[in-house]
Order: sequence, then C-alpha cells, then structure tokens
Amino acid sequence: MKTWIAFWNIINKDIKNYYLKPPNISWGIIFPLSWTLMQIIKSPDTDIIKLLPGLISMSVLFGTTSMLAVTITFERSGKSFDRLLLAPISLGVLVLSKITGTILFGIFNAFVPVIFASFFINLGLINWGALFFAVIMIAITSSLMGLLVAVSVEQVFEAQTLSNFFRFPMLFLCGLFIPISNLPKFIRPISYFLPLTYGTDILNGAITKMNIISPTLSFIMLFVFTILLFVVCNYQIKKNWIL
Amino acid sequence: MVAIEVKNLKKNYGDFTAVNDISFKINKGEIFGFLGPNGAGKTSTINMMIGLSKPTSGEIFIDSIDVNKKLKHAQSIMGIVPDESNLYNEMNGFDNLCFCGALYGMSKKDRETRANHLLEVFKLKEARSKLFKSYSKGMKRKLTIAAALMHSPSILFLDEPTTGIDVESSRQIRDMIISLKDKGTTIFLTTHYIEEAERLCDCVAFISNGKIVALGTVDELMEDVFNDNSIIFETDKNIKTYLNIIQNEFNTNKIKIINENSFVMISNQPILLIEVIKFLNDKKINVLEAKKIRPSLEDVFVKLTNDRQGDMK
Repeated sequence: MKTWIAFWNIINKDIKNYYLKPPNISWGIIFPLSWTLMQIIKSPDTDIIKLLPGLISMSVLFGTTSMLAVTITFERSGKSFDRLLLAPISLGVLVLSKITGTILFGIFNAFVPVIFASFFINLGLINWGALFFAVIMIAITSSLMGLLVAVSVEQVFEAQTLSNFFRFPMLFLCGLFIPISNLPKFIRPISYFLPLTYGTDILNGAITKMNIISPTLSFIMLFVFTILLFVVCNYQIKKNWIL
Repeated sequence: MVAIEVKNLKKNYGDFTAVNDISFKINKGEIFGFLGPNGAGKTSTINMMIGLSKPTSGEIFIDSIDVNKKLKHAQSIMGIVPDESNLYNEMNGFDNLCFCGALYGMSKKDRETRANHLLEVFKLKEARSKLFKSYSKGMKRKLTIAAALMHSPSILFLDEPTTGIDVESSRQIRDMIISLKDKGTTIFLTTHYIEEAERLCDCVAFISNGKIVALGTVDELMEDVFNDNSIIFETDKNIKTYLNIIQNEFNTNKIKIINENSFVMISNQPILLIEVIKFLNDKKINVLEAKKIRPSLEDVFVKLTNDRQGDMK
C-alpha cells in the first residue's frame, strides 16, 4: 500500500476544498489583516517593523486553528471523516496529513503581513532563516492546539468558540503586544507555559533583534511543546475517534 | 472457505450492552443479511467489524486477518458503504471516486480508469463533473457504493443500501449486488427491508436486543419457525356456508376463512391436495386456485422476537 498517495491526496483535497471556506477567510485572513490596518491607522507613527512579529504570530495562530476547525470538525459533522478513518492508513499518517495542510495554510498566512509590510519598510535586515523556522514551529504547535480543540467538539462554530478561549488570552500573555516584563508578576509564569511566547520571541529576534530569551532555549521549548501536544492529541484522538 | 468470522463479540457502552456475545461465519462469495429493528445492535456490530469502534470482548476475522490486531490490513480488503452517503459535497462525482481510490494507494492512472468505468456501470457518467451536493438521493447512494468499489474489495459492507431512494435506483443497486456476488464478492448487508434480504441473501441473521435470535439460510429459518403446512384455496362458492362440512371432513386440520370464496387449511402433515379438491368437487364447489402459503422473513422475525419476549417474561 502506497501510503504517500493517500497522504498527499488528503492534503491536496483539504487545500482545494477548505482554504477558502468562510471561517478560514474571516478568522485566518481578514482578522489578522484588519488588526494590521487597525494598528497602522491607530498609530501612524508606529514603527511597522515592531508590529511585524506580533502580526505574523497572530496570522499563523488564527490561520492554523481556524483551518483545523474546518478540515476536521466540518468533516466529522458530515461523517465524511469516517471515510478517512476507514482507509488503510494509520491514524498517525491521517493526523499528519491533516495538520500538514494546516501548517502550509499557517505559513502562507504568516507571509500576508510580511508582504503588506514590504510596501512600507525595508525588510533587508531580517534574519529570514530564523523567521522561517519560527513560523514553522508556531504553525506546528498552533495546529496541534487546534487539533486538540477539533477532537473535543462536534460543530465548526463550537471549535471556533472554544479556540477563542485560548487564542485571545494567549495573544495578550505571550508578549506580542504587551512585553512580558510589563505583565503583573503573578501572571508572568503563565506566559512561559505558552508556546507562542517562544515563537514570538524568536520572531522578535529575527526581525527587531529584541528577543528576551535565548533563541536556542526557545527552539528547545517549542520542540518540547510539540512533543507534549502530539502525545496529548494522540491520546485524545484514540479516545474520541475510535469508540 | 470462510470470509468473515465473528466470535463471541460483545460491546458495552457503560452499563448498556449493545451487542451481547454474538458469533457467526460468512462464507466467501455469500450475501449475508443482518436484520433487526432500530437499536437492535446492527450498527454497533458493523462498526466493530469495520474498525470504527473497539469490541469490549470477542474476535473478528476478515479473510483470516484478526481485525483487533491488524485492522489496517483488514481494511485494505474491505469496501464500506455506510448508511449515510458521506462523500465530499465540494467535489464532483469523478473527483470523489478518485480521492477514495487514492486513500487505498491506487495510482492516478488506475484510479481514473476505474472511476470512469464505475461511473459508466452506475449510469452516472453524465453527472461525473457535477458537485456531489447537487446529486439526487439515489445518485448519491450509487456514487457512495461506487466509491466503496474503487479498490475492488473482496468483502463489501453495505449498510442500508436502498433506504430512502427511488424504486429505479433501488432496483439498479440490487442488480449490482447480485452481479458482485456472481463475481465472487462477499457481501455483508444490513437492511430494514425484509423482502430485500429474502430476495438477495444466502444466509440471514436476526439480531434483537444485541443478541442473534436466528441464523441460517432463508429456507432453514422459515422451516425452523413454521413447521405447519398452509394452503389457501380459492373457490367459486361462498365458502362460509360449507365451513362446518369441510372442518368435519378434515378434522385433523385447521380451517380458517379468508373471505367469502377463500379459506386456508393448516396442517402439521403434508396436505393431499387431490383429496381436498375431490371432496369440494363432490359438493359442487370448484377450486379455482390452490396455493401454498410461504411465510415471509417478516413473519419469521415477528415470531422469533415475540417468542423471545415471551421467554424473557
């Protein structure tokens, strides 16, 4: 059995069928774009380069979590997801193909604000290698968090609502718009339990050279989060999908 | 040769036992009917067999492959048609079939050739480029069956294949089931339509309250449950006035009036038709038709479930 054929065709189907679904457009593309515009209009003097790490992180986070809510929850509610569970491919390959489509969507989303910014500022000083790696890691961890939500609910709107319970607090706790050092002391430890904190910090370093954590530590932390989330997702999937 | 073997299968959901220690075997190339009312345990059983749920206990072998241990291997030889037509609304008929083929590792060329062939077999060629969501119920059902056949499975699970669709599509699906059997495919069929099972199945199992209450060929089940011989006689006279005379003559048999001109004779021995006809002729009654009454599977099912409820009381 050529597993890669199934793997690639699931990604291809998700890209063709779901990238332009309304929840993805509204939460994955329009929301980060309008946030960017809002920031620029609100503070015309704001240095756009300082906004960029936050906007990239937000675009990836909202893009991946919205996409997974659609590709998994939507298919599960319509029972077409059973078709994938009944195919002779392992659960691991199935999950990997589902999150690969999502990660690609997240990466694509990450470059929307970058392209936007390129019209206004010089991006020549950016460390593109670190930026790209950070985007991938944020996309992977966000996808796994989205997967956890998708596994736990039945309908797309439930997935979007539940996702917002962690997406919005995470945005304000990970140092994107408020530096962690400015947060109340008792809240700061929570920030260090969020994968987005480390991804954003690498982006800060790559774009503005203003990271507060060592990039090596951030990469290690993102790997640890990836493994932890993968283990939890795997457990939840086996528990919820194969009754 | 056994294609499917289920041994002491059990499924509990908390305190509720949906499937209670059932066992059966299905031979290769057979159509096996799995019948029962809603909530009897049909879907729970089929879900365990195809790998959508895990048994609480028991074993399932598909072509000698242990489903509990090598599920993905077993799934590669199964075709599954669920009770809902669950293909992708956003894709057209042809792409849906190709995608299903891809899930089984078929190459692009193979799946396109096979999809075109199946669209022709199922008379859906003109709808190949239409989105699945625009298909009628019957067309959706046929495409769902075609999708299950993409990888030419040797074992096909059909869950309520003709429920809620038009007569013509139902007929086409039944014909297709027979032609698949002729080609050697083993078919596990669940249906609400007893006449459908009676017409198609080599072997039938009735499930009620999670237990198999009867298992065998259609003829065996009927013989087991109905030992009596019943013949309906249609005559040219008002039979009600002759009831006592007939009953006196054939006093070991039971006579039941059906309408003015017809009656049923029931006996636990074979009824000698010539004797009855001769007797009636002597009374100037002409027999226009004499027909053996064959119980339907529905009668069998009602009798079995009633007996069972009686036993339980």
